[in-house]
Amino acid sequence: MGIQTETVTTTKTGLREALKRFWKPYSRIPLLGWLVGALAAVLLELIVGNQFGRLLGMSKAPALLGLVIIMKTPLLIPSALAYVLVIYLLPAGIIARVGTSLANRAAAFLYQANTGLSAIIHLALFYAVLHLWSNLSDYRLLVVKLTLIAIIITLSLNVVNGYMGEFSCSHPGFLALGAYAASIFTIVLFVNENRFGDALLPPALGPFLFPIGLILGGILAAVGALLVAIPSFRTRGDYLAIISLAFMFIVLSLFNNLEFVGGPRGLSNQPDYANLPTVFIWTVLAVWIINNFVRSTIGKALNAVRDGELAASTMTVDTRRTKMTAFLFSAFWAGIAGGLFAHIIRYINPGTFGIRKLAEVLAMVYLGGLNSVAGSIVGAVGFNLMGEALRPLEILKWIIIPVILILLMIFRPTGLIAFTELDPIALLKPKAMTNEGGDHVAA
Amino acid sequence: MSLLEVNKMTHFFGGLRAVYDYNLEIEPGQIRGLIGPNGAGKTTIFNLITGVYTPTEGEITLNGSSIKGRPPNQIASSGLGRTFQNLRLWRHMSVLDHVKMSQFSKITYGLTGAFFGTPRRQREEAEIEEKARGLLELVSIAHLADQIVTNLPYGAQRRVELARALAMEPSILFLDEPTAGMNPEELSEMMDIIRHVHAELDLTIFLIEHRMKVVMDLCQIIQTLVFGEVIAQGTPDEIRNNPEVIDAYLGKEVEV
Repeated sequence: MGIQTETVTTTKTGLREALKRFWKPYSRIPLLGWLVGALAAVLLELIVGNQFGRLLGMSKAPALLGLVIIMKTPLLIPSALAYVLVIYLLPAGIIARVGTSLANRAAAFLYQANTGLSAIIHLALFYAVLHLWSNLSDYRLLVVKLTLIAIIITLSLNVVNGYMGEFSCSHPGFLALGAYAASIFTIVLFVNENRFGDALLPPALGPFLFPIGLILGGILAAVGALLVAIPSFRTRGDYLAIISLAFMFIVLSLFNNLEFVGGPRGLSNQPDYANLPTVFIWTVLAVWIINNFVRSTIGKALNAVRDGELAASTMTVDTRRTKMTAFLFSAFWAGIAGGLFAHIIRYINPGTFGIRKLAEVLAMVYLGGLNSVAGSIVGAVGFNLMGEALRPLEILKWIIIPVILILLMIFRPTGLIAFTELDPIALLKPKAMTNEGGDHVAA
Repeated sequence: MSLLEVNKMTHFFGGLRAVYDYNLEIEPGQIRGLIGPNGAGKTTIFNLITGVYTPTEGEITLNGSSIKGRPPNQIASSGLGRTFQNLRLWRHMSVLDHVKMSQFSKITYGLTGAFFGTPRRQREEAEIEEKARGLLELVSIAHLADQIVTNLPYGAQRRVELARALAMEPSILFLDEPTAGMNPEELSEMMDIIRHVHAELDLTIFLIEHRMKVVMDLCQIIQTLVFGEVIAQGTPDEIRNNPEVIDAYLGKEVEV
């Protein structure tokens, strides 16, 4: 029996070794190289995607990396896989690998010249990839936008549920506050329609003043958060969960009964201000600011409060203020995300921000991982892609997703990537440099 | 003027009298000890002075100003550091972050700095990190700076707690059983560290201890507490020979 186990482990390690050997040249590719590779892949798709898709028996290029096809028409799975391999993986991999040393030199140059500039170039490349990819269909564009704001929502909830370790349920309420506030702002000011009358300002100004509407929505959400925070942060425990859940329902019934915003029929006619660049910039801002916050000692005070409030307060941390700040901050970003959401869908009703939204948001946070910015991004993207992939199953989707979550809670209780710190500067570094550093540590 | 003065402090938990008529005067530079059988109220006294509980009666002054009824974080920032009997470390945080965290009240970059990573924040974070590393050096665990505290052996965790308390730059340090659960080797190391920080940082120390060796070796004046009341106060020799203390604590078996 001993021999048997040994053989099993050798084959396993053999496979792992082979994978490692295969991956080794790729591990030296810096982020810059990958972005250029991805750009090449989406360019290729833009040119030959639809033709190649038809060649493989699909009506056009698969909309979402072939994910939707897998459930809809399983017979096309090989075609979808072939498409992903030929259009995305091979070109991106080959170009990234061929350009490894060039990309490393470019990354090193940028890194030394100016990290801010380097970050902007990386982001611009990433935006170009998203833009070109989503150019192919409206469906893709919508998925990209919704995924981006899902990142904001997940990250902001992670500040409370992960970093601070309290259980807040009021996020849909904050989303609703932000969505309604921003919608009213833009509709009243820039849209001629029968509910609120003629536009007060020339519509041409709209896109420029749109951020103000979003921020107003964020501030309104933060004010709502204050109402939750004052009674619930007097003590620890389940109070926040209960009070915030109540708050969510109060906001829901408020909008259900406010006739001037349409009551249960909802509010439509939002102008089309939430285009991809706007959503992208807000998402980048949110990730950057939230990441900055949680990496500062002020932000880490949240972890101290979570892991031992008494110790935190005897170590000079103003625990009450810390908790309040974080909760309001989190609600602010939820409000921003709500405003963006309203202008992406261009229709909102109270039902959108109900208990199902709450389940979705919580699922993204816990899927991705508590106390982790990278985890929240992975959670939001993963959950959204999974949702789209399972969409053809209709109602079964709402059985499969919870089952996946239950399995996750059993095998990885803290989520996929939990308790990590994201250092954006490290991402910009050329890979050869970090490898040397790693060798030194090993030696 | 004494550094810390407690006057006629009494505290009730409901109907239970936990501390009765407690008085304390600590002069700068002293090492004071507080001993007593289990449940005598020693940790309660620490909690009362550090603001975890507010005493039912009595007055507490630190550096001449009253601190009674103020929240723990304010009392801590005004110069009162402490460690805990049952380690209260933050289990997901690194050693370095622990020692940085207790300098929280010295941070001035505010939320602007926290959100946008201003140069001022970089500078201040670098400053408190340097200080933290220095303190880790002082308690000789600098090599563990990036470890998560739960991965450390018990003795090292105690040192993290001490370094964390020292990072607040306290004028007086409360140690709640600093050697609890330590083996003899760790014990003598810890005593060396306490002596060292006392001399190095010119610190006033008030400690609770169960091990007579530690208290008798370190402290200049010792109080003995039984059922919330001080029954004796004096030098180690006086305490050792006080018949009441021997009765209540040292000589006689504690009745269960």
